[in-house]
Amino acid sequence: MRLAKIDWALGALLLAMMVGASACGSSSSSSSSASNLPSKIGKTEGQLNLVAWEGYAESKWVKPYEAKTGCKVHAKYAGSSDEMVTLMRQGGGSQYDMVSASGDASLRLIRGGEVQPMNVDLVPEWKNFVPQLQSPPHNTVDGKHYGISLQWGPNTLLYNTKSVSPAPTSWSAIYGPQYKGEVSVPANPIQIADAALYLSKTKPSLGISDPYELTEDQLDAAADLLKQQRPLIKKYWALASDEIELFKNGDAVIGAAWPYQYSQLKKANEPVEQIIPKEGATGWADTWMLSAHAKDPNCAYEWVNWVSSPKVQAEQATTYGETPVNTKACGEMEKIEKGSCEVYHANAPASYFDSIKFWRTPVAECGNGQSDCMDYSKWQQKWTEITG
Amino acid sequence: MIGTSKLSRIAFALWTVLILLFLFVPIALIVVYAFNPSNVQSWPLHGLSTKWFSSTWHNAEMRHAFWLSIRAGLISTAIALLLGSMAAFAVHRFRFFGREAISFLLVLPIALPGIITGMALNSFINFSGIGFSLTTIIVGHATFCIVTVYNNVLARLRRTQSSLVEASMDLGADGWQTFRFVTLPMIATALVAGGLLAFALSFDEIVVTTFTAGAQNTLPIWIFGNIRLGQQLPQVNVVVFFVILVSLLPVALARRLSRDTGMLRPAAAAEAGAAA
Amino acid sequence: MSATGFAPQRSTPARTRVSAALFRRPWLRGGLLLSGPLAWFVLIYLAALVVLFVSSLWSVDSFTGNLVHSWTLKNFETLVKVDTYRTIALRTIGIAAAVTVTDAILALPFAFFAVRIAPKRLQGALFVAVLIPLWSSYLVRVYVWRLILAKDGVLNWAIGQLGLGSLNIGYSNWAMWIVFSYIWLPFMILPIWSAIERVPDSYIEASADLGARGWRTFRSVLFPLILPGIAAGSIFTFSLTLGDYITPTLVGGAGSDFIGNVVYQNVGVASNVPFAAAFATVPLIVMGVYLLIARRLGAFEAL
Repeated sequence: MRLAKIDWALGALLLAMMVGASACGSSSSSSSSASNLPSKIGKTEGQLNLVAWEGYAESKWVKPYEAKTGCKVHAKYAGSSDEMVTLMRQGGGSQYDMVSASGDASLRLIRGGEVQPMNVDLVPEWKNFVPQLQSPPHNTVDGKHYGISLQWGPNTLLYNTKSVSPAPTSWSAIYGPQYKGEVSVPANPIQIADAALYLSKTKPSLGISDPYELTEDQLDAAADLLKQQRPLIKKYWALASDEIELFKNGDAVIGAAWPYQYSQLKKANEPVEQIIPKEGATGWADTWMLSAHAKDPNCAYEWVNWVSSPKVQAEQATTYGETPVNTKACGEMEKIEKGSCEVYHANAPASYFDSIKFWRTPVAECGNGQSDCMDYSKWQQKWTEITG
Repeated sequence: MIGTSKLSRIAFALWTVLILLFLFVPIALIVVYAFNPSNVQSWPLHGLSTKWFSSTWHNAEMRHAFWLSIRAGLISTAIALLLGSMAAFAVHRFRFFGREAISFLLVLPIALPGIITGMALNSFINFSGIGFSLTTIIVGHATFCIVTVYNNVLARLRRTQSSLVEASMDLGADGWQTFRFVTLPMIATALVAGGLLAFALSFDEIVVTTFTAGAQNTLPIWIFGNIRLGQQLPQVNVVVFFVILVSLLPVALARRLSRDTGMLRPAAAAEAGAAA
Repeated sequence: MSATGFAPQRSTPARTRVSAALFRRPWLRGGLLLSGPLAWFVLIYLAALVVLFVSSLWSVDSFTGNLVHSWTLKNFETLVKVDTYRTIALRTIGIAAAVTVTDAILALPFAFFAVRIAPKRLQGALFVAVLIPLWSSYLVRVYVWRLILAKDGVLNWAIGQLGLGSLNIGYSNWAMWIVFSYIWLPFMILPIWSAIERVPDSYIEASADLGARGWRTFRSVLFPLILPGIAAGSIFTFSLTLGDYITPTLVGGAGSDFIGNVVYQNVGVASNVPFAAAFATVPLIVMGVYLLIARRLGAFEAL
C-alpha cells in the first residue's frame, strides 16, 4: 500500500510528539512536606476528599461528621495499598486530602513525599491508643507522626468446620495436599511475607528473622513454597467478597482471610472458624495520613478526631470486623454487639499484639545494617511469576 | 434454498431458543437475586425479601452515582453526535489524502483494549496537571462514543444517494437549508441509533472510567465497590433491575430506527409496509 | 419581476454567501468538518497513546514511584526473559480466539433465523432481546456467573437434577471462556445480523435456481457475502477479550491472569507504568495485525 502524503505528515507529527514527550515529561512531584505543624484546628473548608478501604467511610459515621463540621465527604475506594499509593500520587498529589494507608503503603508515601507530618496534640484521643500503635515504625519516622493510627487486624486462617477436620492448628494445612483445589489466599504480593513467616518457623536454617526483610535466597525460598502451593489454590482472592462466596458456595474450604470475611460468613450462618495458627500471623494496621498538598487540612483533622472517638471506633470495628486502636472503644463495642470486644481482640493483651507481624513495605535496607534485602518491586515481580 | 424445509426451520428455531435462554437465564437470576434476603450470593435462594428495594432507594451514594452516570452519558453522547457526524461526513464526501489513516484512527478507541485507552488518558491527565473530575470522565467516554456515532452515520451515508443533495441545491437551497431539510432527515435515525448505543456504552463503562475519574463515582464504579465489599450486594441487583426496565423503551426505539430501508429485500419491505 | 410582486433582494444574506463560498471550496468544507474530531483525536487520544508507549522505554524509581527519564530496554528484556509473561500472553490470545470462534458459531444460526425465517414482529422482538443484555451492567452479568458456575451453584444443581454428577469449572479458564462468550455475544450477533439483512433475496434464489442445496448455498453464496459482518463482530469479541481484566478477576481462578491483569497490577497497583506500557504493546501489536486482516476482509464497512 503506497503511503499518501498525509500519512507521511501524520508520521512526522507522531515523531515530533515523541521527541516532545521525552523532552518534557512529568517532573518528580516529591516536594518537602510542610515543616510547620498547625497549633490548632482552623475553620473547616467545606469538603474532604478521602482515599479509603472499602467500608471505611460508611454513612453511619460519615453523616454525623458532615452534620457536625459541615465538611462534605467524597470517598474514593481502593482495593489495595498499591492502588492507594498510586491515587495519592495522581494529579500532583493534591487530588485527595487523606488516605487510610496500611503499613505496607505508608512508608512509600512518606519517602515519596506524598504525606506530611501531623500534630498529635490536636487529636486528644491519641493518648488513649494502644501504646504500640501510637508511634509505630510504619507511620512514625524520626519522631514525626505521618498520620494517626486507625484500626488493625490479623490475617487469619479461615476454615469450614464441616469440611475440614481435624481442626487445623498450623499454616501447614494450606501448604500441604490435604485440601487440594479448595484453598484460597489473597492475591497480594505481601502474601510472600506469610510464606516467609511460615518458613521462619519450619525451616530455621534459612535464617529469616523478619518476614519483610528477605535476602534474595530467602525470597526465592518463599517463592518456591508459594509455587508449590499454587496447584492447591482454587482462587487467589482479590476482592473481600470473593472469599466470602468461595466459602459459601463450596468452592473453598480453607484459606487466609481477614476477620471481615469471617464475620460476614458467620452472619450468613456458614459453619466457619478462624484461628491464628501456631506459627503466628501477619497483620495490618491502618493509618489516616494527611496529604502533603491537602486542600482541606482542617476538615482532615476534624475527621481524624471523629474516627478516633470511642463510639466511631466501635462502629467501624463492628461493621468491618477489625480491631480499634482506641482502648476505650471496648465498652462501646459491647453496646453494639455483645461479645464483639472479645471476638475482635479489642481488649487483647500485649502478647497477642506482639505475636502479629504487621505489614511493612519491604525495602532494600535490612534491619541489621545490610542493604541486600529485596525491595517491593522484586516482591511484585516474584508474585507475578508465582501466580501468572 | 436455505431455511425453507420444515426440518431446518425447526432446527434454526430451536437454536434460537437455546441462545435466548443462554442470554436471559443470567439476567433472570440477577433480577431474582434482587429479592435475596441475605447479602451473600448463594444458591438456592432461601425465601424472598423486598428489603433491599427501599434501602437502595435511600442510598444517597447510589443516587449520586446514578445521576453522575446519566450526566456523563448525556454530555459524552452530545459531543459524540457532533464530532462523530462531522467526521463521517468528511470521510464520506471527500477524497483527501490520509483518508485511510483517519478511518483507521477512528476505529482505535473501540479496537484497542480499554485499559490502554484508560492508562494513556490517565498519564496524559497527570502530565498536564488537570485535576480528575467529571470533565476527564467525559473526555474518556466521548472518545469511544465518537466512534460509535461515526460508524452509524457513515453506514447510513453509504446507503443514501448523494444526488438528493445536488437536487436540493439545484432547487435553490443553500448549504444550510439543504442540511436541515434534506441531509438531516436522512441521517436522523442513524444519529439516534448511534447516540443510543453511545449512551449505553458510556453508562456501563468501567475500565476507562476507573482511570479517568477522581473522587467521583459513576454507577459502574459504585457497583464495583459494592461487589468488592459485598455487604450490600443485592442493592446492585436492584439497581440493575431498574436499569433494565427503564432501558426497554430506548432499546425498542433503537430497533425501529435502525431498520433497513428494505430496498434490497422487496419481500421484507412489503411485509414491513403492511405491518407499519 | 415587479409584476409578479417579487421584491428583489438588495444584497445576498451573509448565510448564503458563506454557504456559496464553502460550496465552491470543497477542501475548506472538508477541512472544517474534519478539524473538530481530528483535533480531539490527535491532540488528546493519539498524544496520550504516544506518551504512554514512549514511557515503556523509561523506568521507575522503585521506592518513590517517580519516573526516571532515561532510555532503557529493561522492561522489554524482562518480558522476554521471564516465562510467566509469555504464558500469560498466549493464554490471553488463545482464549480471545476461542471466544471469537465460539461467538461466531453461536451467532450465525441465530441471526439467520431472525433475519430470514422469523416473521417481522418476532424479528423486532428478537432484536430487542439481543440489545437488552447490553444495557444490563457488564459487571453484574459477569458476577452472576460466579453463582451459576460455583460448586453449589445453579449449573451443578441443574446437572444434578438430571442425575449427571457435577462439574468443577468455577473459577477456571473454562469459566472465563463461557463468560466471555456470553458477554460479547450481542456484539457478534449485531454485525452479522446487518450483514445477512443486506444480502438480497435474489442471490439466494439464484443459487437455488442453479441447483445448490442449503449447505452449498451457505458456503458459496451467503458466507462470503456476510464475511465482512463476521469479521466486524470478531473485532469486538477479540479485542474486548484481549484487553479485559475484570472478568479474570471475578471468574478466573489460580493461573487465569490475563495481559490486562498484569498491566492493571503494574499501573494501579505497583505504580510501574513503564512496565505496564511495555506489556501493553503486546495487545497493541496483536490488535494492529488483527485490524489489518479484518480490514482486508471488509470489516470496516460492516461495523
